[in-house]
Amino acid sequence: MATTTSRSEEHSGDITYVRTDPDRPPVAIIDRSPISARHKVIFGVIAVFGAVAWAIVAFARGESVNAVWFVIAAICSYIVGYRFYARLIEMKIVRPRDDHATPAEIFENGTDYMPTDRRVLFGHHFAAIAGAGPLVGPVLATQMGYLPGTIWIIIGAVVAGCVQDYLVLAISTRRRGRSLGQMVRDEFGGFGGTAAILAVLAIMVILLAVLALVVVNALAESPWGVFSIAMTIPIAVFMGLYLRFFRPGRVSEVSLIGVVLLLAAVAGGGWVAETSWGADWFTLSKVTLSWCIIGYGLAASVLPVWLLLAPRDYLSTFMKVGTIALLAVGILIARPVMEAPAVSQFATRADGPVFAGALFPFLFITIACGALSGFHALISSGTTPKLLEKEGQMRLIGYGGMLTESFVAIMALITASIVNQHLYFVINSPGAVTGTSASSAAAYANGLGLSGTPITAEQITAAATDVGERSVISRTGGAPTLALGMSEVLHQVFGGTGMKAFWYHFAIMFEALFILTTVDAGTRVARFMLSDALGNLGGRLTKLRDPSWRIGAWACSLIVVAGWGSILLMGVTDPLGGINTLFPLFGIANQLLAAIALALVTVVVIKKGLLKWAWIPGVPLAWDAAVTLTASWQKIFSADPKIGYWQQHSQYVAARAAGKASFGSAKTPEQIDAVIRNTAVQGTLSIVFAVLVLMVLAVGLLVAVRSVRGGGRPLTEEEPVPSALFAPRGLIPTDAEKEVQRRWDALHT
Amino acid sequence: MGRAAHLVRRIGWYIGSLMGDNHYDRYLAHRRRHHPGEPVLSERDYWKQRHRAADLNPQGRCC
Repeated sequence: MATTTSRSEEHSGDITYVRTDPDRPPVAIIDRSPISARHKVIFGVIAVFGAVAWAIVAFARGESVNAVWFVIAAICSYIVGYRFYARLIEMKIVRPRDDHATPAEIFENGTDYMPTDRRVLFGHHFAAIAGAGPLVGPVLATQMGYLPGTIWIIIGAVVAGCVQDYLVLAISTRRRGRSLGQMVRDEFGGFGGTAAILAVLAIMVILLAVLALVVVNALAESPWGVFSIAMTIPIAVFMGLYLRFFRPGRVSEVSLIGVVLLLAAVAGGGWVAETSWGADWFTLSKVTLSWCIIGYGLAASVLPVWLLLAPRDYLSTFMKVGTIALLAVGILIARPVMEAPAVSQFATRADGPVFAGALFPFLFITIACGALSGFHALISSGTTPKLLEKEGQMRLIGYGGMLTESFVAIMALITASIVNQHLYFVINSPGAVTGTSASSAAAYANGLGLSGTPITAEQITAAATDVGERSVISRTGGAPTLALGMSEVLHQVFGGTGMKAFWYHFAIMFEALFILTTVDAGTRVARFMLSDALGNLGGRLTKLRDPSWRIGAWACSLIVVAGWGSILLMGVTDPLGGINTLFPLFGIANQLLAAIALALVTVVVIKKGLLKWAWIPGVPLAWDAAVTLTASWQKIFSADPKIGYWQQHSQYVAARAAGKASFGSAKTPEQIDAVIRNTAVQGTLSIVFAVLVLMVLAVGLLVAVRSVRGGGRPLTEEEPVPSALFAPRGLIPTDAEKEVQRRWDALHT
Repeated sequence: MGRAAHLVRRIGWYIGSLMGDNHYDRYLAHRRRHHPGEPVLSERDYWKQRHRAADLNPQGRCC
């Protein structure tokens, strides 16, 4: 492509039209018009409305707050953040150039590089970043009341999560769509790059393990749930075969068939679970289920994409957009009131049963996705730039996409907060404290000193029967609570009480579907990362870089699956309850990845000579580093055995040395050994993560200081290529954009 | 009536673009624009190639 350009500008009032070819219409519009009086009024009203909603959410006490206020506070904050803060970032840091071609335009090949309509790409990007994470974290965080979580989800997204996603997308787009690991290597050098790649790999393994653990906890001893999830595999294979051999390309058609079959599987699951053979076949223990998921992950990693992965992804995208819309409509129609307090007693203590640790830092670890998720940096770099039409659209895709995920997290928080609080703790506290019977669980929840009427054993049993389950006691992991809340909302709007069990299992099914989609795609991605990293070591390992070498593919898949599979098995057999010990590691891992991404972005901003604006990524970086490193410190060094892995480890070691047959939550000598082993693994992982990230941060700091002093590694932005296409920037095109679009349309017809 | 039909078509276009129904048409348009006169893949082969590319370069899905 030619690098010489005949760039010309044409001014018309506040608007400048930029052409790269004098014979064709403009490819870019630079609009400097000041904000109109009408917009000033509109945004003023939105801001006031949002402030009122925030005041009600934050200060209403003694009476129940309606969920609608949360929705209003969130949406108004998002609009203001998008219009003003994201615009500031765009003007001061990103400075998009629509006369420069994006990687999608430069390498357009009709398949994976393809300039895609901004609204469609928004959907793709959202489907890629949003999964079960924003649904699960807020549910667990409700332990501390609704207010801390609400503030962190909304404010965290606006000033941290969206900023990370937007800026990573921007720097990757200027680097031909390079991945996060490659960019760190380019900007930080080999040492920092290697530490970053190792950190990404280790972090992915723990993420996959904890997500799988959430599914296992939701499906164990639930024949209905297991049946409907098991059916997604033959349904996906059927869809894959249909698309391959019968009607290639009819994706919506086959997805619709798939969704109908899926709904039939959910409905049929109730009947299957009632039969004696159904109960026999599909009532699986946690350990058996874990092995099933491990086998599934391995199969998905080595089977061709068209057979299992791609069709499941279609199904998952369809369900994701549909169900989230359904829940939003449900909340607005049913308008439930909050059962949870604004700030609970556990917010000021460090010994909550759902997750241990004080509000700072552990609330900000528990809610990772939805406020700030490092994993998104892997999507924003690499995947999305290959489809981006215009640099000016990055604000909509990167910043706007994350706002939408934050909204999903708010809906999850609402859903968990409308569940009866006694019931909430019955479901989310580990089995070691609730006991196994409804009466012991009721006694435990009533002893917590929660407000509201105490719960009876009959009510706990009835809550399970209502949703077609045998028990809801200690169904930790967040998914069952969310499903219970969703069935509460949705049955009021669609179908009545008789549909409660259906909606519960529908919710379980779609959460499990999201998670399994992440697990299968993630295993495959991690397999490629591993073979790439090993291949770079040279020698005979170079062969691993050829992805069609089957032995290498199998070996790397086995290593990845063994990594997350062993942590999963450790979690499901953990005498202390897997979720409350492992979920903090998941959050820390995800947020440490964010620290790497934000460090990269901050360094790039400084290298570009924009030191004055480095606070925009720098403030979230400092906050995130403070949160994750404090959490890591406490997990490693805390003298409180509920928090510190090593403290707990040494207590159990001492118990074994003293020859005790039971100690704490461990009821047998084998369980004592299990705790000793698990805490050692968890403690070691905490150290590895923190050390790797500290190395990356140290190198980043060094590079930044050198750059400020006017030296160090140069910036690795690619030479720009002139663009030859036009597309509007925002969701709604401006009048000038519509006019230019018409001229392009006339040219093409 | 005209507006409603237009709206339905737009929604159909959106879902088709998001899921992939019109990706083959998009590919044909790309070939026409940038490689006129050159042979194109059949729809079946186009999807085979897409999936082969996805096999070799997997796309992550976030949590």
